[in-house]
Amino acid sequence: MAEELTNVLISEHHPMDSLLRQDRLPHIWCSGCGLGTVLTCFVSALQKLELDLDKVVVVSGIGCTGRAAGYLNLDGFHTTHGRAIPFATGLKLANPELKVVVISGDGDLMAIGGNHFIHAARRNMDLTVLCVNNFNYGMTSGQVGPTTPTNARTSTSPYGNTEHPFNVPYLAAATGAAYVARWTALHVRRLERSIMEAMQKRGFSVIEVISPCPTYYGRWNKMGDTLEQMRYYHEQSVIRHWTDPAQADIDLGGEIIVGRFVDIDKPTFSDLQREADQ
Amino acid sequence: MSNDGILRGSFFMDGDTACAEGAICAGCRFFGGYPITPATEIAERMARRLPQVGGTYIQMEDEIASIAAVLGASWGGARSMTATSGPGFSLMMENLGLGIITETPCVLVNVQRAGPSTGMPTLVGQGDMMQARWGSHGPYEIIAIAPSSPQELFDLTIRAFNLAEKYRTPVLVMTDEAVGHMTERVVIPPLDEIEHYPRRKPQAPPNDGYLPYQPDPDGVPPMACAGDGYRIHVTGLTHNEKGYPATVSVEAQHKLVERLIRKIRDNRDDIIELHEDQVEDAEIVVVAYGISARTAARPVRLAREMGLKVGLLKLVTVWPFAEDRIRDLATKVRAFVVPEINMGQMALEVERSAEGQAQTIPVPHAGGGLHDPGEVLEAIKRAMGS
Repeated sequence: MAEELTNVLISEHHPMDSLLRQDRLPHIWCSGCGLGTVLTCFVSALQKLELDLDKVVVVSGIGCTGRAAGYLNLDGFHTTHGRAIPFATGLKLANPELKVVVISGDGDLMAIGGNHFIHAARRNMDLTVLCVNNFNYGMTSGQVGPTTPTNARTSTSPYGNTEHPFNVPYLAAATGAAYVARWTALHVRRLERSIMEAMQKRGFSVIEVISPCPTYYGRWNKMGDTLEQMRYYHEQSVIRHWTDPAQADIDLGGEIIVGRFVDIDKPTFSDLQREADQ
Repeated sequence: MSNDGILRGSFFMDGDTACAEGAICAGCRFFGGYPITPATEIAERMARRLPQVGGTYIQMEDEIASIAAVLGASWGGARSMTATSGPGFSLMMENLGLGIITETPCVLVNVQRAGPSTGMPTLVGQGDMMQARWGSHGPYEIIAIAPSSPQELFDLTIRAFNLAEKYRTPVLVMTDEAVGHMTERVVIPPLDEIEHYPRRKPQAPPNDGYLPYQPDPDGVPPMACAGDGYRIHVTGLTHNEKGYPATVSVEAQHKLVERLIRKIRDNRDDIIELHEDQVEDAEIVVVAYGISARTAARPVRLAREMGLKVGLLKLVTVWPFAEDRIRDLATKVRAFVVPEINMGQMALEVERSAEGQAQTIPVPHAGGGLHDPGEVLEAIKRAMGS
């Protein structure tokens, strides 16, 4: 017994402590929300990539996910609503040695920031975007958004959403992204690997991460307690790599196709600019 | 052009081009832009020139993205700029506020046209002066300068970059269509004769107690950029000296806002530039800026020829407003005459600063053209009779 105990790996600090701002914790995220897991996957991916962390920058917009930049012990920018991508664009172009990652939510990136998203994809700007999709605006207490499935209820779609949602991977692929994947916050190993792939990809890489929002979206749509919701997303998702993103719509109550959908090589904005300047 | 891609010498060029060349001389190496009349020529010139000096031009999808990219580029270590006109200026207001609260040095040029809305895209206006001061939400102080010739667009764009770095804030160059499209001689001095205020970098190395928002004695904090190793957190939320959100601390809000305002207000003697002509003995002072300061020169001369004691005070710096000088003059003169190509904006500031000691006579113009010298002369005569 005594021998067993001494063999247990113990440490005064959590292995991820150095990458988190301890003085900002605890975070504001609700229990059962996928954001903590997404952040863990991101930190874990960073540790495995062995990058110079002084050159990794996280840019966020506004919303629950927008707080991610503030918890990471990296250079982090918490910008205005929807503008994380153009801010990140300027940052990357001014200092190309930076690895710039945008972590923001579906409302921030797809609604108010939708125009910037498609144009950064079109330019194949060398950025990685983690779009955490919880199907509603969580920070403002659960309003309908551009990814809310048709018929889903929220505080501003109390009779059911009467709009068609964006299919994020399809939009990213159609507008020019070089890497597109979708996972849920429950696919921790696959998500971590996907983040590593995306960060090593030259060009515009997008990962949509489906996340439970037990406090608002889940409650409005009677999805049960937090564990039930996690189980729901896990069970509803099917891994189908290389699915045509056009076929990856998310319908209320339907299956969630996850996997790596796009991974292509094409010149980035800076590649083309360098060529033109020569 | 010399080997380094920097122009020097004497040239005929329009104001927009002079603005771009001033930016290049000031070390601007990033321009995020969006075409808009009458500022497009600045973007065109920068698109041509920046690659020649190792900089980056990017045409963004709109003006919101343009200023967001300019802020990002500044944090990436570049001197950065954008240029626009009324409609684009309106779109930039939210991120102007982000630049102010995060203390991001950058330059925003507004070549004003007549508004409101799409208005008269090709014709002159000065209707955005109050928007420059108050257009973004919340309490803040802003620096804005108003060139009135291509040479001044060159010189003052350089000054704008230096002020932006010195006070860590966005600086507005509030010119107008007439100046932007006017072609005149512009003298570009050798680079070593041009003032260059470098970025205020932290003295302490990373992990040695650097607080991103702890100010130097003049109220301005040194700026570590992304990639410098300081692992900074920068947010548009109300923040403490560490840069961390303090969104429910009334004390933190008060401390931050007061410092953002005071770093400019307390240094207004350094920031405010005025050009005065025949003001010493004047009974009437014409207060003008931008192209209106040029058109005011003739009525002032005509009035002098008529034996009237009239002077011209040109506001080179429009914000912060030269209230001390106006207050001082108000005790000595009968009236201020304020011609501007709007329905009376800076005239309100003159009136406020005069504190009832002298009359303020606005000479409004709705836009699309310049003041007729006769109109201003009439106002001077009216002031004389009052």
